[in-house]
Amino acid sequence: MKLTRRDYIKANAVAVAAGAAGLGKEAEAANLVTDRSRTNLTWSKAACRFCGTGCSVMVGTKDGKVVASHGDVKAEVNRGLNCVKGYFLSKILYGEDRLKTPLLRMKDGQYDKNGDFAPVSWETAFDVMAEKFKEAIRKNGPTAIGMFGSGQWTVWEGYAASKLMKAGFGSNNIEPNARHCMASAVAGFMRTFGIDEPMGCYDDIEATDAFVLWGSNMAEMHPILWTRLTDRRLSAPDTRVAVLSTYEHRCFDLADIPMVFTPQTDLAILNFIANYIIQNDRVNWDFVDQHVNFRRGNTDIGYGLRPEHPLEQKAANADKAGGSQEMTFEEFREFVAEYSLEKVSELSGVPEQQLVELAELYADPDRKVVSFWTMGFNQHTRGVWCNNLIYNIHLLVGKIATPGNSPFSLTGQPSACGTAREVGTFSHRLPADMVVTNPKHRAFAEKVWNIPAGVIPPKPGFHAAQHNRMLKDGKINAYWVQCNNNMQAAANLNEETWPGYRNPEAFIVVSDPYPTVTAGAADLILPTAMWVEKEGAYGNAERRTQFWHQLVKAPGESRSDLWQLVEFSKRFTTDEVWPKEVLSANPAFKGKTLYEVLFRNGSVDRFPLSETSPDYDNDESADFGFYLQKGLFEEYAIFGRDHGHDLAPFERYHEERGLRWPVVDGKETRWRFREGSDPYVGKGKGYEFYGKPDGRAVIFALPYEPPAESPDEEYDLWLCTGRVLEHWHSGSMTQRVPELYKSFPDAVVYMHPKDAESRGLRRGQEIRVVSRRGEIVSRVETRGRNKPPEGLVYVPWFDASQLINKVTLDATDPISKQTDYKKCAVKIVATGRA
Amino acid sequence: MRISSFCAVIAAVGVLLAGGASLSEELITLRNGLSIDQEAAAPPLPKVENHDKRRVRNFAEQPPTIPHTIRGYEVTRNANKCLSCHSRIQTGESQAPMVSVTHFMDRDNQVLATVSPRRYFCNQCHVVQEDVKPLVNNDFVDVELMLRNSEAPQ
Repeated sequence: MKLTRRDYIKANAVAVAAGAAGLGKEAEAANLVTDRSRTNLTWSKAACRFCGTGCSVMVGTKDGKVVASHGDVKAEVNRGLNCVKGYFLSKILYGEDRLKTPLLRMKDGQYDKNGDFAPVSWETAFDVMAEKFKEAIRKNGPTAIGMFGSGQWTVWEGYAASKLMKAGFGSNNIEPNARHCMASAVAGFMRTFGIDEPMGCYDDIEATDAFVLWGSNMAEMHPILWTRLTDRRLSAPDTRVAVLSTYEHRCFDLADIPMVFTPQTDLAILNFIANYIIQNDRVNWDFVDQHVNFRRGNTDIGYGLRPEHPLEQKAANADKAGGSQEMTFEEFREFVAEYSLEKVSELSGVPEQQLVELAELYADPDRKVVSFWTMGFNQHTRGVWCNNLIYNIHLLVGKIATPGNSPFSLTGQPSACGTAREVGTFSHRLPADMVVTNPKHRAFAEKVWNIPAGVIPPKPGFHAAQHNRMLKDGKINAYWVQCNNNMQAAANLNEETWPGYRNPEAFIVVSDPYPTVTAGAADLILPTAMWVEKEGAYGNAERRTQFWHQLVKAPGESRSDLWQLVEFSKRFTTDEVWPKEVLSANPAFKGKTLYEVLFRNGSVDRFPLSETSPDYDNDESADFGFYLQKGLFEEYAIFGRDHGHDLAPFERYHEERGLRWPVVDGKETRWRFREGSDPYVGKGKGYEFYGKPDGRAVIFALPYEPPAESPDEEYDLWLCTGRVLEHWHSGSMTQRVPELYKSFPDAVVYMHPKDAESRGLRRGQEIRVVSRRGEIVSRVETRGRNKPPEGLVYVPWFDASQLINKVTLDATDPISKQTDYKKCAVKIVATGRA
Repeated sequence: MRISSFCAVIAAVGVLLAGGASLSEELITLRNGLSIDQEAAAPPLPKVENHDKRRVRNFAEQPPTIPHTIRGYEVTRNANKCLSCHSRIQTGESQAPMVSVTHFMDRDNQVLATVSPRRYFCNQCHVVQEDVKPLVNNDFVDVELMLRNSEAPQ
């Protein structure tokens, strides 16, 4: 076989065409260019544009173009490695359909919702856009405008956006797509620890003896962390890897304890482990007595659907989903007692022996254990509960906040932590874990921002799923989408997103480098600079903040999200947007533009252009006349310094491969909440969960409850959606890199061969995937990387031609408001075509 | 109707970006111009390019793409089928390219006796290419081309 291949190659020994690179045959004859002044590349560091791992990459530029990239050997996170997407970063800027001018829907020279896109100037674009935003505010108040951003915004873009919305327009209707991704993790952290983000860090990987993956396909979604985990497992053979999922995926290739469970029964498995630890007398009493409280959470909390939905009407506690009451350990012990080995094995479909092996990884006092989870937990109608329940287990045995003992929530986006969570671009949040509902937090923010009291509204804005519902209902009338592709990403496209965006009462603006699905549904498209076309900062899943410089110019008239936000603020005066009583009490603010109030406020504009790097462009700062990114960052950092979220001075991040906050006295923090490694823990405390007033973390009693929708006679299969290694999110960047496109060009429906057979289907056959909400056309795949059990199909969502979110259900976790993309009921039907 | 107008739409995009004609939501390149509320036929499952010819890399550090099918290759903690041809000691017989020397290095760039486990799962970086045409061309410029097109200094 091997020799055959070699023979084959010899027999076909023709020169391989270099056509893809544009190099002709004459290349063969050319001499090697050796002149160093010509061969030199400029190498600069940058954070990878894709997932939440936060790899650092070295980017090579020449003559104003990115020409190469590779993993940064100096970066702790990835030590010289990249995944296949990371290696092709250098091509994401260069899809030939980059947008280069604003495009407005027009008819007869005027804006028209039903018009065709035509190029306009930025001046015209912002004229029309400002008029629409002003009209919406005038008619229906500040809740009639909205903004949908992302965990891909740079830190200062998210900060500027949040400030513009909350301190400028007086509207809390700003959300990141991180709501789809991280919200359950956030609410889990806040409920259990009172402060967001993991206590541990990636160093836990090399320090541990066991890994448990809960609904996390790290091999595809966090490939570089997977290389570290694989390195540990194979280098230290006593290490154990347990993988839990509703279908087999690539992580199972390394699993010592592979487990496929029935969707939603992870809740029961988690409670079984707590029960096992208690029944076998493995509770770490020293830890529990000193550092833990017990609480009983409200149950029967609904499914975050529209209030008139029968499931919400039926739920006893839909309006107080996050509530809880004190309880004793004894009561907790009784609560989990019903989750017996036999019962949970039966419910979950996981064999008893595997459940015991799994529980032992946690219970064995001589074994360190790291739990990783991502969307399997977070995209779950009981996602917050899942997060709380995994903390229960680590807290019961005291395996937390020490090297190698770590409940670790991974993030999906490059700055889900840095921007969405830390900056607080959610409808209820302010920077550094503060919330709009807390009068002290609002007062603090208004002081830092130097705006009058009463500008920030006390009521949280609409959450992400509600944005689309409110667009459809005509309650949001002017809407700005930046740095994400929510038409493709949001669940239930047919019933909510599409009618929402195309509602005649709505004006939709989409900022993007490419003509995405969302851009196509917009009324105004703004061409946007991306990644290293601007100076940026991201924060990864281990609290690491990383910076990069602008390395190349954006094409055509593209401008960064940051420039767009700040420039747009010039179009509004306080009189047009702030409450009258606030202005009459603070007449000095009358007639000022939002640009003056928010960005030329003596704080954001206090660093001169001379402080920008002489070696790199900074197009936004050059345009506004001051070091905009530094001013925004230093103002933002005021929120977190001395509040457990300390950031280092701005310049330091341009030197370092990132630093993990809190950065106190110049030193980063690797493990929080433990004396000796976290400067915020008091002397003699051992551990201190200082997010809670009494320094104690909370163990929650929370039951198994069924999912919002399960297969039945007609819709007889579970649908689980997700990503693939080769594409990032909706594919708007990676589908434009030919090598990545050709590695996985189209979505397919992974299904069990018996499920195909029983429906009379064969591999490759064209089918419809149908739910109560919509359908897509795809093809059957019974082989390959994902092996679903009978009764479940898996469909990736990267493919713009197969919009699987026409099929998914927009049920959310009632506490976190995060959508469950992992469970709904579908049927598979042949199209009848070949 | 939308599919049939695909070519016209793509042509229109070209004109538009040059600053001319107009078009509607059919500018969504990755949907081949099909409106969001419609469903296209699904393209047939493609075949993996299996010609065994090395492809030119975009830049020196790019992981080479796999020029052959890997269907049924086991890469688990028990076995690594790729290394049965590409490991250092197998390359004499297989005449396959040896895994890069970087693959022998641990996190601290120390060379190990065998391939480092951090490089164990080959398909995290090396992927096959299906026999399909890209949906969108890419204007990435090869640095060699850049050198050739620029004048040598006098």
